[in-house]
Amino acid sequence: MRTSRSYQAHAVIIKQSKFGEFDKILTIYSSEFGKLPTVARGACRPGSKLGGNVEPLTYSLLMLAKGRNLDIITQSQCIDGFTALKADLWRTSLALYILDLVDSFTVQNSENKPLFNLLIDTLHNLSEEDDGGEILLRYFELNLLHYLGYRPQLYRCIICNSLLLSEVNYFNPGLGGVMCPNCRENGFDSNTISVNALKVLRLWQNCDYATAKRVRLKPTLQLELEQGMQSYIRCILQRELKSMVWLQNLRREMKSSEVDKTNRNN
Amino acid sequence: MAVIIGPVERLVEEFSKLPGIGPKSAQRLTYHLLRSPDKDAHELAEAILSLREKIHLCPVCFGITDKELCVVCQDEGRDHSKICVVEHPSDIPPLERTGKYNGVYHVLHGAINPARGMEGDNLKIKELISRLEGDVVEEVVLATNPNLEGETTAMYLRRLIMPLGIRISRLARGLPFGADLEYADDVTLGQSIEERREF
Repeated sequence: MRTSRSYQAHAVIIKQSKFGEFDKILTIYSSEFGKLPTVARGACRPGSKLGGNVEPLTYSLLMLAKGRNLDIITQSQCIDGFTALKADLWRTSLALYILDLVDSFTVQNSENKPLFNLLIDTLHNLSEEDDGGEILLRYFELNLLHYLGYRPQLYRCIICNSLLLSEVNYFNPGLGGVMCPNCRENGFDSNTISVNALKVLRLWQNCDYATAKRVRLKPTLQLELEQGMQSYIRCILQRELKSMVWLQNLRREMKSSEVDKTNRNN
Repeated sequence: MAVIIGPVERLVEEFSKLPGIGPKSAQRLTYHLLRSPDKDAHELAEAILSLREKIHLCPVCFGITDKELCVVCQDEGRDHSKICVVEHPSDIPPLERTGKYNGVYHVLHGAINPARGMEGDNLKIKELISRLEGDVVEEVVLATNPNLEGETTAMYLRRLIMPLGIRISRLARGLPFGADLEYADDVTLGQSIEERREF
C-alpha cells in the first residue's frame, strides 16, 4: 500500500479533464496501484514540465504526492509516448477504445498487474501493427475479460455442463458463455455462434498474441466475432461505449471514401 | 447563526455557479455589490444581459459576434483564401495578438473526444467542408490544441480535406519561448528535435 507521503507509479494515462484554469484531472492506470484519479497542477501552462508526459495514451513514470482528495503528480518521465500510434487516426481511435475499456471495467485502487502488462503489450503491438488491428482488439477484449473475472465459458454448456460438440452452438451474454442446442430449446434467449468462431475464441483464450495474429479471418467470421464480443461487453457494462460508436462510424466513413476513390479511378 | 436575507443568498448562489468562484468568494462579491453605488450594479446587470442578447455566432466562421458577420469575416483586407481552424472562439484572440496571421477563421466548438461522445457530427465540421467546397480556399491551417483530442481532430479533418486538393498545414510544435531545456518534457523535446529547422 501507499504508506509514505510520496510514491512512484508506472502508469498509462487513460483519461483527462480540465480542472480550473491550468490544472488537469487525470485518471491513470498504474502497474502498482491499478486505476487512480490524480491531479496534475499547472499541466495546461505552456511551460509546464509535466506537459506532454501526462497526455492520455502515454506510458510514464510518475512521482505522486498524497493529497487531501486526489493525489498530486509532482514529477513525470515519459517511458513510451506511442508517437507512431498517435500519428494515425485509425490506430489512435483503436487505442482510445482500449483505454475506454480499461477505464470502464476497472475500479479504483485495485491493482491488476497482468492486465497492466496486457495493456502495455497491446499498445506496443498496435504501434507496430500494419493491418486494421481487429485481431488485436478482439484478443485484448477477450483477455481483459479473463483478467477481470468475466472469462466466457467456451468449452462446456453453461446450463447442463455437457461438453460442447462441433456444431452451431449459442452464446448467451447474460449467462457468460456458450450453451448447447438442447438447452437453447428450453427457452433461453441467445445468438448463434459458428464452429469456427468458437474455435478461434478458444485459441485466443489460451495463446499469446504472436500465435493469435497468425489466424486468418474471413470478413464474415470477423464480423461474427466482433458482434459476439460487443454483445458480451455491452451486457456486462449495461451501456454502449461511446468510443466504440465512434470507431464504427469512422470505419464506415473510411470504407465509403475508399469506395468513392475506386469509383473515381474507374 | 447569521440570518441571510433572500436576495443576498440568491446572488451568492448565482455567483458560485461561475468557474473558479467558491461560496466564500461569491459572498465577498455579493457584499461588495451591496456596498457599491447603484450605478455599478446596474451596469454589471446590463452588461450580463446584453452579452446574452446581442452576442450570437457568425454564420460564416461560427466565431462570436454582435453584428451580422464577425469582424474578421467582414474585413475585406484579410486573406479569405486562408482558413485557420480553431477549437473555441477564445482561441482566436491569442492568434490575433501575434499579428502574424492575416487569413480568416473557422471555429469547431470543441474537439473530437470519442470517450466522451464529442464526435464529428456535433462539431462544425460539415460547415467547414461546405465552406471549403464553396469558396476559393488555398490553405487550411489546423490550429487545434496540440493534445490528443486536438491531434485526433486534426487527423480527422486532414482525411476529409485531402480529397479537395487544398494545402493543409498544422501549427508547429516545440519549445515555448523562455523555457529551460533541462525541464522540458520528453515528448515536446523529441518533437522539437524531429521538426528542427534550418538556421
